[in-house]
Amino acid sequence: MPFGRKPKEFPDHLWTKCPTCGEMLFNKQLVRNLNVCSKCEHHFRMGARPRIDLLVDKGSFVEQDASLVSGDPLGFVDQKPYPERIAAAQVKSGEKDAAIAGSATIGGNPVELVVMDFEFMGGSMGSVVGEKITRAAERALAERRALVIVSASGGARMQEGTIALMQMGKIVSALARLDGGGIPYVSVITDPTTGGVLASYASLGDLILAEPGALIRFSGERVTSGTVGEKLPTGFGRSEFLLEKGFLDQIVPRAQLKERVAFFLGAFRAAWQDVRWGL
Amino acid sequence: MLERIVGTRRGVEGNGHLAEDANLIFDSTQLRARPSAWEAVQAARNIKRPHTLDVITRVFDRFQEVHGDRGFRDDPAIVGGIAELAGRPLVIVGEQKGASTEENIQRNFGMPHPEGYRKAIRLYRLAEKFHLPLVTFVDTPGAYPGPEGEERGQAEAIARAIFTMTRLQTPIVVVILGEGGSGGALALAIGDVVLALENAIYSVISPEGSAAILWRSPAEAERAAKAMRLAGPDLLDLGVVDALIPEPAGGAHTDHEETAKAIKTALVAQLAKLERAATSDLLSARYERFRGFGTLTEPGAAPPLPAPVPWWRRLPLVRRRP
Repeated sequence: MPFGRKPKEFPDHLWTKCPTCGEMLFNKQLVRNLNVCSKCEHHFRMGARPRIDLLVDKGSFVEQDASLVSGDPLGFVDQKPYPERIAAAQVKSGEKDAAIAGSATIGGNPVELVVMDFEFMGGSMGSVVGEKITRAAERALAERRALVIVSASGGARMQEGTIALMQMGKIVSALARLDGGGIPYVSVITDPTTGGVLASYASLGDLILAEPGALIRFSGERVTSGTVGEKLPTGFGRSEFLLEKGFLDQIVPRAQLKERVAFFLGAFRAAWQDVRWGL
Repeated sequence: MLERIVGTRRGVEGNGHLAEDANLIFDSTQLRARPSAWEAVQAARNIKRPHTLDVITRVFDRFQEVHGDRGFRDDPAIVGGIAELAGRPLVIVGEQKGASTEENIQRNFGMPHPEGYRKAIRLYRLAEKFHLPLVTFVDTPGAYPGPEGEERGQAEAIARAIFTMTRLQTPIVVVILGEGGSGGALALAIGDVVLALENAIYSVISPEGSAAILWRSPAEAERAAKAMRLAGPDLLDLGVVDALIPEPAGGAHTDHEETAKAIKTALVAQLAKLERAATSDLLSARYERFRGFGTLTEPGAAPPLPAPVPWWRRLPLVRRRP
């Protein structure tokens, strides 16, 4: 070893390397900066609980339907039985399923909020996610509160087969009723959102916001490049690409997300709350 | 709920409903033989199987195809138009596969692009506007997953199609002819009544795709197909489809005429039934149909309210002598 020099060490539990700019980020600082790289603004994924803290007014969040647990409609066994997979994911994440729902206020606007967590079985949508979102939409309609859904999901949960597919129909039916009731629904898309989630509620917001650099695609990378037999250009199916193609309203940096959602909901409130503008 | 509105499906008491559903299979135990999942996959994909236009020309009269989404182009993987069934005009939309390699290339193997779904939405709206019932035929391996689809908003087009169907103010009957491939199929499959041919399949992902992800080997497709419970009888057990349309003995590909006849009988009966209901009732029933899907447990939740006691039971009891 050369005289007087020590190899630099970055233990994993203390440091994270930014995949975009290569900067080594101190984990504590990264969390303080909302999981965003301080140098290049790369947005790391964010769990559901910190996301709720980020979005809602302090102390206003009341969790709903927290005890819902998935059954096993098909008796599905791949390399492991499905109930074992759920149990493992529950132990790993400390959550019951891939979405957390609740009532809260955002900048003073009453909302029903559903936040998905990619850490739980890839954020996949099964009976529980479907039921939580549907109930949230029904509550929003009954109590005239806005609906905000933060998506992060690989799509429908394969282990629930067509029952998972039917969740798309179930959620969209509830959203259609919500739409008829004149209640605003803001869809926030985060990295990554693909498949059946994107092909149903994530794409149906009155407004659709996304985080910078999020992967937003109908089909996975391998499927798409396998179909055309060539590599896709970099940035294909990322937020910026979708904004250019016209499928997003805005790309919102994480630090401004709450303020932006609050602004839109406030601007719409004449229709869904009893407010008259004195113009 | 739909049954409550339009009468019971097994109207054996002679109220005239028996004949309507006579040829349909409502219970998987009624089946002559239960094919294995993999046999169903093979049958559903059989290139000789009757595809949407084969069925349309045999079932309906005076079919006039209409084209285009008014935005980008006409997608040959989705066909649609106006036709008559037993003298009554209606709107038809279906996914179209080819019967040969050349035709399949032209039809993109039945994989629609976003403009195909936007054409479908346009036709759904047309049906609603002119009070015509809507019949859709599902037969697709899935929506086209290529980069052009992504660029033009494949996910948005599918989501919007589902959204439009959930509260379309006209009766909708869905028939799954062959493959019902995931979201690409669901965009045509929200209906008041969802029927499937006996050997049709309906799944959230292709068995090959599922095998590649969960077993890490596409060769396990057969096992995946079994685990996914995607064949007709399974769909009936799960409640995903309401009834199966029986196929001729050797399968639908052996006899297009016979298959079309069975579909026609089923459609006439189901449409007659749906037209007895008020539109608002249909929409409620359609909502409840999809609202009910999901297998859940909710420990600690309040137990469901007991059924209300009818007024005559609430009257004071008159004691009878023993």
